[in-house]
Amino acid sequence: MNAVSTKPAAEPAVVSRPALAALPKPSRIVPFIAQVVPPLMVLALLGVGWEYLASGPNATLPPPSKVWVDARDLIVDPFFDRGGLDKGLFWHLLASLQRVALGFALSAVVGVGLGMLIGSSPFFMRGLDPIFQVLRTVPPLAWLPLSLAAFREAQPSAIFVIFITAIWPIIINTAVGVLNVPQDYRNVAAVIRLRGLAFFWKIVLPAAAPYIFTGLKIGIGLSWLAIIAAEMLIGGVGIGFFIWDAWNSSNLSDIIVALIYVGLVGFMLDKVVALAGRIATRGTQAS
Amino acid sequence: MHPFLDITKLSIAFPKSPLPVLREVDLKIERGEYVAVIGHSGCGKSTLLNVVAGLLPATAGGVLLEGREISGPGPDRAVVFQNHSLLPWLTCYENVALAVDQTLKGEMSKKQRHDWVLENLALVHMTAAKDKRPNEISGGMKQRIGIARALAMRPKVLLLDEPFGALDALTRAHLQDQVMEIHARLKTTVIMITHDVDEAVLLSDRIVMLTNGPNATVGEILTVDLERPRDRLKLAADPRFVAARTAVLEFLHSRHANPALQAA
Repeated sequence: MNAVSTKPAAEPAVVSRPALAALPKPSRIVPFIAQVVPPLMVLALLGVGWEYLASGPNATLPPPSKVWVDARDLIVDPFFDRGGLDKGLFWHLLASLQRVALGFALSAVVGVGLGMLIGSSPFFMRGLDPIFQVLRTVPPLAWLPLSLAAFREAQPSAIFVIFITAIWPIIINTAVGVLNVPQDYRNVAAVIRLRGLAFFWKIVLPAAAPYIFTGLKIGIGLSWLAIIAAEMLIGGVGIGFFIWDAWNSSNLSDIIVALIYVGLVGFMLDKVVALAGRIATRGTQAS
Repeated sequence: MHPFLDITKLSIAFPKSPLPVLREVDLKIERGEYVAVIGHSGCGKSTLLNVVAGLLPATAGGVLLEGREISGPGPDRAVVFQNHSLLPWLTCYENVALAVDQTLKGEMSKKQRHDWVLENLALVHMTAAKDKRPNEISGGMKQRIGIARALAMRPKVLLLDEPFGALDALTRAHLQDQVMEIHARLKTTVIMITHDVDEAVLLSDRIVMLTNGPNATVGEILTVDLERPRDRLKLAADPRFVAARTAVLEFLHSRHANPALQAA
């Protein structure tokens, strides 16, 4: 009681308050350094270790210094184009990315559609799920001969391999998302008599979106895995065939540079889909 | 003349249980009446509400609204769900607008519907937060949006399923006052499920007390004879309020004590 009564009773607090000292602003550079320094240090250490291990007389793989000397053109200028297959890595990556974009877009559309179908219909779930469960375990490259036979051309065959690789996680995750639409939302829809397509569009799709994007994220990763392998076999412009070609002409340094690019692009693809997912599903996770 | 809402010999059994949850519930509700249904957990209060809402089918017996049998859910029996059930990807405005656009499309122009959404948001004092998403507002605010959404459907009966159960005591009191105010203004017929005795006595015209489940049924109906508007502070010491409160407590804790607690 004492503590309370010492306060001036009905005085407006704003008037008599002295201005507060400005709080020290949190540094923005320190957390940034803390983020960036460890990977750089580890990278440097790995580079040194690699240099040391690959410099011996019996080393089978080139050390970083030799990669730099051998593949300097490739590293500094990814955009050159001397015709035929003699192009910078950018062009090879672009060709591969185009195939992935096409195949992945197809599998996203078909996969989400099929996932919605089996997620909302017990009949189709029972009918199709066992088939999907078997087919999804078939390795991507096993589809290639069949698709070459069917399409009789390299380009559509490669796109089909991407499609068939990426579609399974998209179907399965979409179906799980549809099955997991909370009963509460279904009740709300029932009370306002939201049915059919409108129900799908306004309730099921947004509610399942986080699951769908999980499927898409897995799908894009698998696509990128599959395209490299498929291109090794079908030839033409593309990062996969570039690696195979470099192996055939014993350009180990080129392979190493290409691998780093493949890794970086795969990482970027993952981040792009994740970002798209975050934008599309903002608000959905927390309620 | 039929009663406005007529529940007749309503029994509800779930496929896997040998005994029905509710057996032969009879309840007649007049237009504009505020009825609370109270009982221990598991007595089938929410089940009863879901049947009136049309979300669950009746096993036997039925529910008539204005002489017509209820089959399936509809906006004439809008529900305020216990966990608010707002769609998290829509803003508060959009949540109400979805219901309004869906249920009143034939009757109102686009402009009228927009105004109607705003009017209902204003009714629950949520105009300021209309462009926020549900995860950006408090539990009490979410429940207010839920109430606005239900009222915006212009329901014949408003069904409240433990609407304040998940809220802290102060927020709950505040919302109860708002609901009383709205009820006084719109004269909506309300069925409210609750397990809060004070809430039931304060808000309702009649309190329906259910016996323990399974085989639960209406044990007693108490008419709360208190004039409106009601003021929670003045009523706290009012002998009629205390008597009603005691009667409900007596029913719940002495004659029909919670079987789960007794066993423990």
